[in-house]
Amino acid sequence: MSDNLISVNNVSVNFDYQENFLSKKQKIHAVQNINIKIKKGSFFGLVGESGSGKTTLGRAILGANKISSGNVIFHDDDKDYDLTNISKLELKEYRKKAQLIFQDPYAALSPRMTVRDIIAEPLEVMKITKNKEETDERVREIASKCRLNLEHLRRFPHAFSGGQRQRISIARALVSSPKFIVADESVAALDVSIQADILNLLKNLRKELNLTYLFISHDLSVVAHVCDVVAVMYLGHIVEIAPSKELFKNPRHTYTKALLSSIPSIDPEKQSKAIELTGEIPSAMNPPSGCVFRTRCPNPGHDCKGGDIEMGLIEVSPGHWVDQCCASSK
Amino acid sequence: MNELLKINNLDVQFDTDEGRITAVENVSLSVKQGEVLGIVGESGSGKSVTAKAIMQLNPGNTIYNEDAEVIIDGENVIKFTSKEDLKKIRGGKVSMIFQEPMASFAPAIKIGDQMVEQLLLHKNIKKEEAKSISLDMLTRVGITDTEKRFNQYAFELSGGMRQRAMIAMALSTMPKLLLADEPTTALDVTIQAQVLKLMKDIIKEYKMGVIFITHDLGVIAQTADQIAVMYLGCVVEKGSVNEILKNPKHPYTKGLIAALPDVNNLDAPLKPIPGNIPSPLDRPTGCVFRTRCPHPTKEGKEGKIDMKLVEVEPGHWVDQCGAKCG
Repeated sequence: MSDNLISVNNVSVNFDYQENFLSKKQKIHAVQNINIKIKKGSFFGLVGESGSGKTTLGRAILGANKISSGNVIFHDDDKDYDLTNISKLELKEYRKKAQLIFQDPYAALSPRMTVRDIIAEPLEVMKITKNKEETDERVREIASKCRLNLEHLRRFPHAFSGGQRQRISIARALVSSPKFIVADESVAALDVSIQADILNLLKNLRKELNLTYLFISHDLSVVAHVCDVVAVMYLGHIVEIAPSKELFKNPRHTYTKALLSSIPSIDPEKQSKAIELTGEIPSAMNPPSGCVFRTRCPNPGHDCKGGDIEMGLIEVSPGHWVDQCCASSK
Repeated sequence: MNELLKINNLDVQFDTDEGRITAVENVSLSVKQGEVLGIVGESGSGKSVTAKAIMQLNPGNTIYNEDAEVIIDGENVIKFTSKEDLKKIRGGKVSMIFQEPMASFAPAIKIGDQMVEQLLLHKNIKKEEAKSISLDMLTRVGITDTEKRFNQYAFELSGGMRQRAMIAMALSTMPKLLLADEPTTALDVTIQAQVLKLMKDIIKEYKMGVIFITHDLGVIAQTADQIAVMYLGCVVEKGSVNEILKNPKHPYTKGLIAALPDVNNLDAPLKPIPGNIPSPLDRPTGCVFRTRCPHPTKEGKEGKIDMKLVEVEPGHWVDQCGAKCG
């Protein structure tokens, strides 16, 4: 039995794109050649700008996107699920074990359902509980774990604030007793004072319910605080992956350095020395050849400027992997 | 007289089906020429409503109090009612940058045409001249291929580019006061760094006054000169950036700073402010923060202390209840 819960092997996700029915079909390379292993009980962080493929990768791991090549394996206690080659029945089982928490708690909850019905819906759809009493029991149990007031179960979502709504979404995701949770920008829409509360809740639930998280965020300071391992994505590739403390103390990839230096400091006297990246993330329709970051790299080496260095991670210290293009240059 | 904007005792209330809601209460602020005033607070704290009151952009059910003053160039603009007068403040002397640039451009009109249109409204110039000013402004905010961008629609630009175009448009009429409502919240950190740098350069060059609204204390620390912290429609603390961030007095300001994840100390636990911001329908009496205050005084908890700013150090104002318990 391995200690990994998820293995992602050489996964690529491409989308077909056609501007109109006369024009040529093009491919969008959303995620390219990703290899990651997520340890049981870990908090795995995925950061990057919008358009870097974080969400696509998260959805691919949940089986919500078609995987173009490679495979994703979910190692359950008694059985492995291969998502590229999964039967309908197995997929149904897998859905109970892997769940998603969305970004916007205002859009994720149906305004016409009571909180109780929202949380109970997965149980009914997946036929986990046998009767109403059992469902109610389970809903109450998970609601109190997520620190929701039980009197609130009869109300509708509009009566709640952002933080409370996010707790409802978390309860809904956890009600089927999953083992793996993808939290896609789950605190991005919240105020800082409430964001800290939700992060603490996620951390506590991990211990209590033996969860493993894939935490997707564009906010590095948040990721740094909750995650054990962080992978930085750029244009569909992972450019650096390391234990979070190592990554923040000793970033090696220029893109990671730029992201870290762009976080505005709360100390007004410490004027930011942001490594300025000119321009924006290129289109995934025709990504640069070789190192994908070279078009925005402030100090590219001679070889990578021409796009002669292929993408590939190399290990610079135990557990710290950097794309070879940036690993060689300082 | 270098005070560009002076807001005195502003109350804003909304008439809704559920009753009259107080969104802003007794707010007094001022902005000098060339100065950036940052307003921070959680959602629902009345930041945007305060800014919109300056341009009278709040919806029709808004009620302003009789003795409120919003003074720009010696005129109390909150009393403006005629179209001609309103034009002077909306886009003339005052411009606004919104959070979501996609929502602020008309989707079916070319960006260039929108820029020209507003210039023609506010300045007495010809179309060609307006076009050359617009192109100039687009170059100024770091957009390349301006002639091409000028003829594009908002959806054809990326998020960062749209926000630059929005800034170019807001600045082309040369306003004296710029209201920036969460201008970088929807952007990625790397693009945010670019846009903030651009805004700082332009503010310096044109010596305009700016009100910068954000919930991100880091952004405020890097751009503002003065800060006002708002909670539930009230200013609970105000003063210079250095003073407020390094020596906060109000428990709410302290809570906001402590809730920020600190990248330099990853082991520090995250400290949320307990509780939720109360509904504006049942605002606490007395000190508005008392329901969430971590260690309130006895009188403060019972709501016996009225909201009132007191000067604890020169230029540093704190609500009297917060000054006691913080």
